[in-house]
Amino acid sequence: MRKQVIAFAATLLLPMSLMASGGGAHLEPANIDVHDHKSLQNGAKYFVNYCMGCHGVKASRYNRLATDMGLPVVPAKTGKSGKEADMIADANAKLVTENLIFTTDEDGKPSSLGSLMLSSIPEKDAARWFGAPPPDLSVVSRLRGSDWIYNYLKGFYLDSERPTGVNNTVFPNVGMPHVLWELQGWQAHDEHGLKLVSAGKMSPEEYDVVVRDITNFLTYVGEPAQLVRKKYGVFAMILLVVFIGIAYLLKKEFWKDIH
Amino acid sequence: MMQGLLNWIDARFPLTKVWNEHLAEYYAPKNFNFWYFFGSLALLVLVIQIVSGIFLTMHYKPDETMAYLSVEYIMRDVPGGWFIRYMHSTGASAFFIVIYLHMFRGLIYGSYKGPRELVWLIGMAIYLALMAEAFMGYLLPWGNMSYWGAQVIINLFNTVPVIGADLSTWIRGDYVIADATLNRLFALHVAALPLVLVGLVFVHIVALHVVGSNNPDGVEIKKLKDENGIPLDGIPFHPYYTVKDIVGVGVFLLAFFAIIFFAPEMGGYFLEHANFEPANALKTPEHIAPVWYFTPFYTVLRAVTITPFAGTLAMFGAIVLLFLLPWIDRNPIKSWRYRNKAHTINILLFAVCFLVLGYLGVKPVIPVLKELGTRMTEIYFLFFVVLWIHSKPGKANYFMWFIILAAVVFGIDWVRYNPEATDDAVQIAWQWVFPIGYLALTLLLPKVLKSFNAEKIVPERVTS
Repeated sequence: MRKQVIAFAATLLLPMSLMASGGGAHLEPANIDVHDHKSLQNGAKYFVNYCMGCHGVKASRYNRLATDMGLPVVPAKTGKSGKEADMIADANAKLVTENLIFTTDEDGKPSSLGSLMLSSIPEKDAARWFGAPPPDLSVVSRLRGSDWIYNYLKGFYLDSERPTGVNNTVFPNVGMPHVLWELQGWQAHDEHGLKLVSAGKMSPEEYDVVVRDITNFLTYVGEPAQLVRKKYGVFAMILLVVFIGIAYLLKKEFWKDIH
Repeated sequence: MMQGLLNWIDARFPLTKVWNEHLAEYYAPKNFNFWYFFGSLALLVLVIQIVSGIFLTMHYKPDETMAYLSVEYIMRDVPGGWFIRYMHSTGASAFFIVIYLHMFRGLIYGSYKGPRELVWLIGMAIYLALMAEAFMGYLLPWGNMSYWGAQVIINLFNTVPVIGADLSTWIRGDYVIADATLNRLFALHVAALPLVLVGLVFVHIVALHVVGSNNPDGVEIKKLKDENGIPLDGIPFHPYYTVKDIVGVGVFLLAFFAIIFFAPEMGGYFLEHANFEPANALKTPEHIAPVWYFTPFYTVLRAVTITPFAGTLAMFGAIVLLFLLPWIDRNPIKSWRYRNKAHTINILLFAVCFLVLGYLGVKPVIPVLKELGTRMTEIYFLFFVVLWIHSKPGKANYFMWFIILAAVVFGIDWVRYNPEATDDAVQIAWQWVFPIGYLALTLLLPKVLKSFNAEKIVPERVTS
């Protein structure tokens, strides 16, 4: 029996290790933490200001985002009760509405807290202007990975051959211009790698924080459930281990008389 | 009171009779081991899939403009939706893991042999229905890999001579994969195939309970019975195997929920990264790979390149051969425990070959892997011939068969070899060692070393 279990485990592990060995281009790790509320808030701020002009995250809603990044807009989720809860929720709602919501609905009214986070450009116009509409970024972190986003946002460099004047190290010949140039400045690319040739408003360290926070925000948006998933998982594991223990004792008790 | 109710029901429905025949007085061999957990686990996964599937159906929209976002809606706005969805997506892969292990059990202990041929055939029909079910379900999230994966599979019907193009158009309901395709595959996935699956599973169990379960020794326990007609080596399924299977269920769920809560994408193998992008008929994914459970057969498809139709035939042939196992393997000894060592080597190499085929199916085609795929495909098919030869180890002319099969392998190489296609030629020139090595281990070894050809006496009673 034991030998069989070992052999079985080995057959399962073999393909896993083979699968794990595949890999792509080298990417710097993003080192993000989706439980860091401050980072999520900062990332969301930069996203709605710099990215949402073209890219939506249309699977996500403002109020859910607010709650998940530590600014609950419903009294029940504030952790307080009574008047105090109402006040916190109202203050948060005001904060989010003023700082994150810049889009309008079909009637031209400002989007409400419960709205989906649509991009500012209607898709049809975007397709006409750019050839292809800028993709929705709701699950881009699951399509490309967090490290990819982080490196992509840091990978723009001057390239006079491109219509936008820039190229990208992780996404060659990308159609997107360097939207964050004001913050980062301009980079050049040679055989030694990327080098800042003209400074932006931010120091490289400050820009790194911004890019990391945007990456963190997009990673969270890709799967909001990841904030609670593992917590539930620990409970499930403990419960099942106890269950297996009891089931095993039951089995042993019943099988005592079988020889 | 309870007895009164039971009598009332029994007068109208054979409740006690069914309970006894299939559980309390169904005598199973007492020597079931680890491999015998996977039948009941397959049943458990079927239930998980049906229940989670019903809840998904309540929120999913089978419409090409809404399908993709409705899945994200389930992941975010439906309370607990992510949990239901991960149960279903992980359940699909878990189903195949459990079924493959269940089938491998049948292979090593000869469970497909008489009188259990029908159990095996019905089981294979379940496997086919499951593959169809999984394929159709995979289109529903309407991601880009869903779209292009379905494109590849439905285009297989295109390779059928004469009627191919019309056939695949008829299946799609459009000239490309579109809303019509999504709608019909949804209907088949949530109504037609689940009905077929449940029906087949029912028949599978009914047939099994008529002939009785096989066991790791391949001994027919019904041959030796006590004065009450109860098999000497049998124990009632309930409570003995019900309590034992509950332990198996616990261990299975531990792994199952560990994946759901800690790694639902399973590194991109249970949920593929490229499927987190909506279906786009104008944008082919860099590398189209089916989900892992189809990849062994996908490699067979890619390996046979004479004509596309030949590739399709080879792929389906690889599955059809499994149906025929009871008639290919004519050795009266069921379990590998008592057959010759060459047979054990044959089965183990087949398992390795299947895993390598699966691994190759997710990899891009580069010359070394392309040739490896061809070689593993050769071994896959040779397995069935060798199994047939091993049916009569005493009389088999191993040397003659080795020469014949090696000649077939080299004959195919001679046709394939083209010195101008340098990359491929280099690979052909050395990778012949795989099939020839396989033949040497399974045919020459028992010829040279008698100990590898010796069969053991099957005991009268089961061992421990």
